[in-house]
Amino acid sequence: MPLELVGTRPAPNTDSPLSIRGLTVSYGEKPAVFSVDVNFHPSQMTAIVGPNGAGKSTLLKAALGIIRPLSGQVTSLGRPLQERRAQIAYVPQRASVDWDFPARVLDVVMMGLARELGLLGRVRASHRARAMACLDRVGMQGFAHRQIGQLSGGQQQRVFLARALAQEADLYLLDEPFAGVDAATEKAIIAVLHGLRAEGKTVIAVHHDLATVAEYFDRVFLINTTAIAEGPVAEVFTPDHLQAAYGGRLALAQMGGAAAG
Amino acid sequence: MGQDFVMLSLAPLLIGIAAGVACALPGNFLLLRRQALIGDAISHVVLPGIVAGFLVTGMVATGPMMLGAAAAALVAVILIEAIRRLGRIEPGAAMGVVFTAMFAGGVLLLEQSAASGVHLDVQHALYGNLESLIWLDGYGWGALTDPAALAGLPPELGRMVAVLICTTLFIAVLWRPLVIATFDEGFARAMGIPTAILGLALVAVAALAAVAAFDAVGSIIVIAMFICPPASARLMTDRLGRQVAWSVGFATLSAVLGYVLAGYGPLWLGYDNAVSAAGMIATVSGVILGGAALWGPRRRSVSRAGATPQPSAPAE
Amino acid sequence: MLWDALTLQLGYNATLVTLGAAMLGVGAGATGTYLYLGKRALVSDAISHATLPGVVLGFMVMVALGGEGRFLPGLMLGAALSAVLGLLAVTWLTTRTRLHEDAAIGAVLSVFFGFGVVLLTVVQVMDAGRQAGLETFLLGATAGMLRDEALTIAAGGVVVLALVRLLHRPMILVAFDPDYAVGQGMRLARVDLAMMGLALAITVTGLKVVGLVLIVALLIIPPVAARFWSERAGHVVMIAGAVGGVAGYLGAAFSATAPDLPTGPLIVLAAFALFVLSLLMAPGRGVLAAALRHLRFQRRVHLRQGLLALAAGQPVYEPLTLRLMRRAGLARADGVATEAGRAMAARARLDERRWQILRSDPAFEAAAARYDGLTPLDEVLTGDQIAALDRRLGPEGAV
Repeated sequence: MPLELVGTRPAPNTDSPLSIRGLTVSYGEKPAVFSVDVNFHPSQMTAIVGPNGAGKSTLLKAALGIIRPLSGQVTSLGRPLQERRAQIAYVPQRASVDWDFPARVLDVVMMGLARELGLLGRVRASHRARAMACLDRVGMQGFAHRQIGQLSGGQQQRVFLARALAQEADLYLLDEPFAGVDAATEKAIIAVLHGLRAEGKTVIAVHHDLATVAEYFDRVFLINTTAIAEGPVAEVFTPDHLQAAYGGRLALAQMGGAAAG
Repeated sequence: MGQDFVMLSLAPLLIGIAAGVACALPGNFLLLRRQALIGDAISHVVLPGIVAGFLVTGMVATGPMMLGAAAAALVAVILIEAIRRLGRIEPGAAMGVVFTAMFAGGVLLLEQSAASGVHLDVQHALYGNLESLIWLDGYGWGALTDPAALAGLPPELGRMVAVLICTTLFIAVLWRPLVIATFDEGFARAMGIPTAILGLALVAVAALAAVAAFDAVGSIIVIAMFICPPASARLMTDRLGRQVAWSVGFATLSAVLGYVLAGYGPLWLGYDNAVSAAGMIATVSGVILGGAALWGPRRRSVSRAGATPQPSAPAE
Repeated sequence: MLWDALTLQLGYNATLVTLGAAMLGVGAGATGTYLYLGKRALVSDAISHATLPGVVLGFMVMVALGGEGRFLPGLMLGAALSAVLGLLAVTWLTTRTRLHEDAAIGAVLSVFFGFGVVLLTVVQVMDAGRQAGLETFLLGATAGMLRDEALTIAAGGVVVLALVRLLHRPMILVAFDPDYAVGQGMRLARVDLAMMGLALAITVTGLKVVGLVLIVALLIIPPVAARFWSERAGHVVMIAGAVGGVAGYLGAAFSATAPDLPTGPLIVLAAFALFVLSLLMAPGRGVLAAALRHLRFQRRVHLRQGLLALAAGQPVYEPLTLRLMRRAGLARADGVATEAGRAMAARARLDERRWQILRSDPAFEAAAARYDGLTPLDEVLTGDQIAALDRRLGPEGAV
């Protein structure tokens, strides 16, 4: 293969709602994410999977600019990510927040409207109604005035999702939305996410459970420090790919479940 | 009694209240961000700041001393952050290293300057002299509408009120981003909120309040005002807006009660002299905190593990 | 004069103070390490400020009993008692309310100090002359220190050291992982008590020399400085003790050379100087060493990424990568790869492909765990193993 002239910028992928080039992130001396290139497909649900410590959350956070990468470029629909923040909603891990904070459920959902309201905008009944509608969509409207610290894990997760819904974004990035939630919450969240996809939105989620990837998601991005494969679930979940990602007996066990599903 | 009050007590009371509230307002957010002890650090570095201000300008005047204090606060915050990152040291230890070293430097400079003949009162810097900020031109309640008399108000009052207005504006205008960034920093950054700058601005506003207040109540007492009223308020309510309101109330109560007890308490007990107003204000704020800790409706940590709470209306 | 001071030739008193300060520093540095490693460094600030009411009350009680108010052990006892109350208040606030430890520390610190200041002003009007002795506790003063006082301080330091030696293991365990310690059957409350008690002892001992505002420096700065030099907790304790001792020695010696040089601040500044030295120069965690390592690492990452991009026929667009590659002679000024660059790119590509095969093969599971994007395969496998892998490479083959 001929070696190209170096120094020219590649044309940004204008279709991809999230396009990552050469992303490397390290804590100290070990790369958590190394030279990752991936284009996520629009209007699909893509799972980011990999073993623990594979850099999944790190990838998401670095893409959003929450942590500083060592190198790399992130674009959305061909523009730098910073320009498209209004169309991007992020649902972080529950553990990142102090749930003792003095806020009610409705207050948290209203945070999703902050960009719209700006610094001094008055909160109108229409805003509250929209926030309640988002709560309704995740089945939490009865909890609107409850203190967030009193919620169970699954309820907290739903409130986070409602907050993201309030942003009315095109791209939804979720970090382990199903970790530690009850079965009812899992079903509720998946229903909402599928609804978003039906509306043409893009959903990308770090997912911890290989067994449910095929059932919940259309595409999957397999990562273990480096990008291993991205594509429709059946194409990515091959023995080679899973071995490269997970290694050893886990892959052998999962291959039975994942490749079949 | 009325005339004495206006001349001797009105200005110190107002200054005390303004100082307390100006510190309590940003203190609410510092508390929630677990940065309560940044007030400790700022208060300790105020001393080297004023000494430096004095040494550089040669004047024992408020202007250079306050500039020096502000500069010292800035230097301290920068050093703390630098040490924290460069050395990967936890924030509390980084603060401890910086403010003790700067304080030591300040004391050293102070002793050197004392040798040169001019005396800077260390005790004053540590616990202020609120009682001395009297309004000689305040001949009575009528003086409040007399421009000539008003011109004679102690300058500390005008300064403190101006700073109070600044901190109030800051909190009011930046309320939303402050709340979001304090609650969930990752989400805030994903939304494009510049959380690092916001955090720095909050500390800067707190430093402003501390520098302005130290002249009246001394630097160490400022810590009490940063922490005790917001902490007491935190134990009273689960709503942030109400917490801030409670903290303003508690700060005012501490200032008024503290001043009155310091000035009149000994008299009631049969002694002649007053005791330190600033010290008493801090003590009262502590007593209020103790009360809130014993009886505040929201004093307990909310438990998260356990049964799923049911909604008030059928939902699922 | 300085030399005389450093070699303890300035007279009996000066020597005593210098050695006493050194002993105090050693004890403080060692004790402070457990607090620092347990991420509770600023508890010492609460302890030290909480001593003020006790000191003044002790003074008032002794005067009321007709004695000489300045009797040091009496004042130290008062200091200890009110500091204990302060510690209990911190614990109470942290466990019984939703407040976090930093808020509790700050509240206790300021309120107790404020109350102490109130008491000071009471004493001020009680007996204007005698009160001057109490204010030295704020900032310390060794001028005119009595022989017995210096001996008390040195003795305090020695006792603390002995206790540290005895209680080292439980304190380290609790500082590092309290839950595990409880699982091991340790009584958390007792070990905490021991740690705090030692900090209290140091604080009370050092009140006279360094003053309450600065004693916390001796409990914090030496451990922070020592941390740069070792990854082993026991060593950190010892190094912290050494740093504290040296700081105490130097500071006290310096201050003996002139009458208006206060001891406390000089000791603290000496400790700070040692800290800065450690921050910059320590070989492992020091700033210079870390910066060099980071630059090297960054260079490796960018070069690797650039070579892989070249080999895959993709342009290199990051300016830093380009610059590093040009400097390494792998690309020319106009961006085209050099001979060496092409060769290295091909080698990098081969290495990467070998790694992919290895990671897909269950037989190489252990080796696969060492993949991090940068480590070349020949550091992990033998030549024979690599040759075996090469046979499985596709048509692109080895170059």
